[in-house]
Amino acid sequence: MSVMPILTASDQAAVRKEFEKIGGPVKLVVFSQELVAGDLCRQNEQLVREVSELSDKISVEVLNPVIDRERAEAYGVEEVPAIAVEGARDYGIRFFGIPAGYEFTNLIDAIIVASTGEPALTAETRTALEELPEPVHIQVFSTPT
Amino acid sequence: MRLAQHMAVASPHVRADCVEAGEFPDLARKYRVMAVPKVVINDRVQFEGALPEREFLRKVLEAVESDGQAPA
Repeated sequence: MSVMPILTASDQAAVRKEFEKIGGPVKLVVFSQELVAGDLCRQNEQLVREVSELSDKISVEVLNPVIDRERAEAYGVEEVPAIAVEGARDYGIRFFGIPAGYEFTNLIDAIIVASTGEPALTAETRTALEELPEPVHIQVFSTPT
Repeated sequence: MRLAQHMAVASPHVRADCVEAGEFPDLARKYRVMAVPKVVINDRVQFEGALPEREFLRKVLEAVESDGQAPA
């Protein structure tokens, strides 16, 4: 039995076009746990694999937060489904829940910025961020539509 | 989310989480998410809607400054 693809041919074409901007390698670390949210985790993993097939710079690793507990803790991920987007280092970009709809655009953007390590921010913002005295945790809540 | 993830790349101090509110109702309740996008920074500073870069940065700095003691 074959699985229906999530991305349409036109989605794939649009993402391939965006991926022309990819610099270095990117790893998408997927956090899945069948017993907690099987359907959502399977869809999330399928989406990530379909995206990864659109660039040879993208690799995928799947972790189970229970079995791979220490690594999941190091990523600061307790909930599933989740994705960490890593470039030259782990920049601390996480997606919780399936990045569909509007969030899909952000996932693609996250992959590109992680691949280049070059954020599109003003010099003023970069300087302020470099001088942060302590950790900053930004949570952005969204819905797919 | 776009600004947040670019900020994460810019600084090792910044972590950016994109949370799908519908799939994590407990978190959405905890942070009283009524409209999206809703941004929560260090559990202290919150706002709804998209902000331009300069305003977003101000919120980030506010979250850091409001940690611990109030400014004199």
